[in-house]
Amino acid sequence: MISSFTYARPKTLQEAVELLAKPGARAHAGGTDLLGCLRDEVFSAEKVVSLSGLSELKTIVPSPLGLHVGALTTLAQVASYKPISGMYRALAEGAAAAASPQLRNQGTLGGNLCQRPRCWYFRGEFSCLRKGGETCYAYDGENQYHSLFGPGPCFIVHPSDTASPLVALEAKFRIAGPAGTRTVDAEAFFVLPDAEVQKENVLKAGEILTEVFLPAQAGLLSTYRKVRSRGAWDFALAGAAVALVVAGGKVAKARVVLSGVAPVPWRAKKAEEALTGKALDPAVIRAAAEAATAGAQPMSGNAYKVDLLRGAVEEALRAIA
Amino acid sequence: MRKTITLEVNGASETEEVEVGMTLLRFLRDRLDLTGTKEGCNEGECGSCMVLLDGRPVNSCLVLAVEAGGGKVTTIEGLSKDGALHPIQEAFLAHASIQCGFCTPGMVVTAVALLRQNPDPSEEEIRSALAGNLCRCTGYRQIVDAVRGAAAAMRAKAAAPLAVSA
Ligand SMILES: Cc1cc2nc3c(=O)[nH]c(=O)nc-3n(C[C@H](O)[C@H](O)[C@H](O)COP(=O)(O)OP(=O)(O)OC[C@H]3O[C@@H](n4cnc5c(N)ncnc54)[C@H](O)[C@@H]3O)c2cc1C
Ligand code: SF4
Ligand code: FES
Ligand code: FES
Repeated sequence: MISSFTYARPKTLQEAVELLAKPGARAHAGGTDLLGCLRDEVFSAEKVVSLSGLSELKTIVPSPLGLHVGALTTLAQVASYKPISGMYRALAEGAAAAASPQLRNQGTLGGNLCQRPRCWYFRGEFSCLRKGGETCYAYDGENQYHSLFGPGPCFIVHPSDTASPLVALEAKFRIAGPAGTRTVDAEAFFVLPDAEVQKENVLKAGEILTEVFLPAQAGLLSTYRKVRSRGAWDFALAGAAVALVVAGGKVAKARVVLSGVAPVPWRAKKAEEALTGKALDPAVIRAAAEAATAGAQPMSGNAYKVDLLRGAVEEALRAIA
Repeated sequence: MRKTITLEVNGASETEEVEVGMTLLRFLRDRLDLTGTKEGCNEGECGSCMVLLDGRPVNSCLVLAVEAGGGKVTTIEGLSKDGALHPIQEAFLAHASIQCGFCTPGMVVTAVALLRQNPDPSEEEIRSALAGNLCRCTGYRQIVDAVRGAAAAMRAKAAAPLAVSA
């Protein structure tokens, strides 16, 4: 039994927003991360507000301008929906690489983007900075799964395998809240710990991520590569989402977004520069993969990730070339 | 807070009042005495709690019972018919795929969903479908073999409908 809370399953988004605006309320999508957090007392909930009754958030709707993916769409649906495996392939591959097949049946895209980090101090009985405490235990501790990039003072890696693909694809996130709806770029949705150490994204009390919009772009090619320590499910040690617009044999636009190595999906801008205007030949690919590691600041236990990252970027680019 | 839920479990309608924080796993085990579904990690990592919810395998340790309300649940107990084991259960016995047996109900339930969707899966497809089910004993070889064997037996049976219905 998980410590006691009240429960509501509203039928309308308006009602859900109102319930979630109350202090102590937590959103429940598939529950696969929420229940683990509540059980391990990572945080508590006075009221659990289930979004599972909001069927309008479970649809995928194509439009001439792109694809509207409801936040309550399961990861399994995202991974298998045919139009996503075209130009938005990086997202299909990211969703397919997240968790296990059974968790993907239950876990949603919105929940995957809003899940809490997996730092073992944070998940364990440590009152670290992210839980409102005074120190980061990973900094001087066991940090083999922590970040290579970012300003500190917390060194989590963002756990989501769909976040980096969505930043690479220049997705827009639609948010409903007490003050109405707003849209933010995927990149601006995630926040670094120097701005807010107890949150991973810009959502405020009562706000719900309702939809992810994937804009169509002519000539767009994308893919996602993830390195993990075993063949079956595991979080990314390092990963790369690449989205390129290719015209006349040259890269007209590039986004290279790293996963598993920073507190947010991390844009490797040096790698993007190394690709733009070039043909994707082996030398350019190698140079871009090297550039993706520029600025990496390994901690005591995670320098091995630099090589994994270089390899992930190189593999992703080769798969597209 | 308590709430009354109605759901179909192995074909029978069940109505119960539950604490809203109760998981589907605890509900099945403690309220319905369906103890074939196992509690391993309680974290979504081991798959021993696998049940079918509306036909899809899910980790029942991470599903609230109230969320399953209105749904259809199939547990390992719901697979045998009139005392006859499901062909996948038969295949697990025939291939010696069971050592301690703790993972077996979850493996079988996942395999049922796989074979409904894909009656002739490759070894790779079987392994990826079972990626969320851990086994500490067998090394997986016999489990994969059992699923392949069951798939072949089920296809053979489906291809001979006259013999069965006669
Ligand atoms: C064993 C295990 C392995 C995993 N491995 C991976 C992995 O390799 N890669 C990966 O990416 N993920 C992994 N995950 C995480 C998994 O993908 C997430 O648990 C899942 O996607 C969360 O979706 P959900 O719908 O169940 O979210 P929930 O658990 O319902 O919610 C998660 C959080 O987001 C909030 N939330 C949910 N939906 C919304 C919304 N629409 N608006 C605002 N807030 C919302 C909730 O309040 C909660 O805090 C793993 C999880 C487990 C248990
Ligand atoms: S890395 Fe962040 S979450 Fe982990 S111990 Fe440090 S402050 Fe806490
Ligand atoms: S008990 Fe549910 S996955 Fe382990
Ligand atoms: S038979 Fe013991 S865990 Fe699989």
